[in-house]
Amino acid sequence: MILNDEAIAKIKERVGLYPQSKSAILPALTIAYHQVGYLNDKVYKDIADIIKVPCVEIAEAATFYTMFPKEPVGKYLIQVCHNISCALLGADSLISYLEQKLEIKKGETTRDNLFTLVTVECLGSCATAPMMQINQDYYENLTREKVDKIIEELRAKA
Amino acid sequence: MFYSPVITNAAEAVKNEKLHLFRFVEDSEQVKIGTYEAHGGYQAWKKALTSMQPAQIVEEVKKSGLRGRGGAGFPTGMKWSFIPKDSPKPRYLICNADESEPGTCKDRVLMERDPHAVIEGMAIAAYAIGCHRMFIYIRGEFNHSIIRLETAVKEAYAHKHLGKNIYGTGYDLDMVVHSGGGAYICGEETALLNSLEGERGMSRIRPPFPAIEGLYACPTIVNNVETLASVPHIINRGADWYRTLGTEKSSGTKIFSLSGHVKRPGNYEVELGFNLKKLIYDPAYGGGILGDKKIKGVIPGGSSTPFLKADMLDVNLDYESLAQAGSMLGSGAVIVFHEDTCIVWVILKLIHFYRHESCGKCTPCREGTGWLEQIIGRIEAGGGKPGDIELIEDVCGNILGRTICPLGDAAVMPIQSAIKHWRDEWQFHIDNKKCMVKTNFEFR
Repeated sequence: MILNDEAIAKIKERVGLYPQSKSAILPALTIAYHQVGYLNDKVYKDIADIIKVPCVEIAEAATFYTMFPKEPVGKYLIQVCHNISCALLGADSLISYLEQKLEIKKGETTRDNLFTLVTVECLGSCATAPMMQINQDYYENLTREKVDKIIEELRAKA
Repeated sequence: MFYSPVITNAAEAVKNEKLHLFRFVEDSEQVKIGTYEAHGGYQAWKKALTSMQPAQIVEEVKKSGLRGRGGAGFPTGMKWSFIPKDSPKPRYLICNADESEPGTCKDRVLMERDPHAVIEGMAIAAYAIGCHRMFIYIRGEFNHSIIRLETAVKEAYAHKHLGKNIYGTGYDLDMVVHSGGGAYICGEETALLNSLEGERGMSRIRPPFPAIEGLYACPTIVNNVETLASVPHIINRGADWYRTLGTEKSSGTKIFSLSGHVKRPGNYEVELGFNLKKLIYDPAYGGGILGDKKIKGVIPGGSSTPFLKADMLDVNLDYESLAQAGSMLGSGAVIVFHEDTCIVWVILKLIHFYRHESCGKCTPCREGTGWLEQIIGRIEAGGGKPGDIELIEDVCGNILGRTICPLGDAAVMPIQSAIKHWRDEWQFHIDNKKCMVKTNFEFR
């Protein structure tokens, strides 16, 4: 098993909440993603064993949702919204700035495995644009100064 | 705990008793059940459950004129009345919190700052349709909203607003907070149902409508967060009071998410019928255009609604007025852009989104959005060909009204209106292989 005891217990608890256990698939994927950082066949197999549905049904659902990375990412997954409200306030230049700062292109991971930079569609933070999500947290009303500080703090924490 | 720093007009809502959704959203204690109860919370749920019949509640909400705040604007009470009276199957209520229409960021504020209002509205709706297990489907990225709701639900159980034999009436009601996978399409109610069943989020062919065969093929009602958060106020103060808000045909208040090139982007609760120009320019709201530039256009109701040009902005924000102006109220997401914005660039951002979010079930949307992105992408990149505008119009015409769910229509309606309003700019882009106006937005 890749999933730890805590994740397994959480998924089991979810199963009991639904009239049909298959409904627990998406929450289970989220729990697994939060623990592992990404999803793959081994994770699907673990979830399938807990929920007791065929593994293919887990994979079928998981591959539809782009929120879950399907391969390893850096310790910090930086997701920058490039949709219209953010773009009007400079999301494209924010992405270029991060590319320069982290010395990677979007879609790539830094050599020290700390940061992966990707662009995503609207995250529902339009009136606090531009914004990015790093792992589970939103960072809003971004400025150069703020971005510098956020990256610095994450580097120090790692 | 963290919550979004978004600007709201809560201070106005404290003074103006007509505004009810935002009254307590700047009070950091409001998330706690004690504070919510001290502010009159759960009184409506208690009143509904202990002194009203389900049919009475449906009637009251019908009479209030409340319409769906998620985008479609369907009358809420009427939707509830479609639940079959004689079905032996369990009924389900689902709160749609998959907020992902570009420009829309209002439900998140309600969930993060007033989660019990959402729960209370859901409970009343559940009782009105005879549901004993209700769900809130929250998009997976809203981790803080999910945690807020989970905490609030636990408190509501502890204070016996949820659970067994609520208020001694014998009525049982359970609530599940469900995290989604961040797909826009799952905001469409039939795709949401599939997603909640653990499937890929693909829309279903209707009929049967969810009220007849929804979740697990049982009668189901899906309502937006803001819609449900409005319900306790209707129960507390009555449909007649609610009807005094807004306009005759669009009653109540609505939260507008104002974003883009304005000085004060934010979430503003106003009565329906509020003037769009005022929302954009009044210092209490948008405060005018960034850099005092000239406004070029507005998307009034989320990225799926047709554009309004600068000379069309003296319009009231209600369902009828916006329809008359050739657009829609949608989710109430007002996206403003100024004169330095290339319309082809805007549309490319939008069509990229719809291509990415198309579930792929039906051909016109799956293929059409991809073709549109390619054609519009080449125009933006300076490779437009003569006849491309007509080609775009042709593809749009073959998507509109030909798809299972509204995503196809949502993708093409803004494009059609952008060509109608700014055709010369599209032509210039193709002829000169560059933008007519400079689009180069730096972040600060």
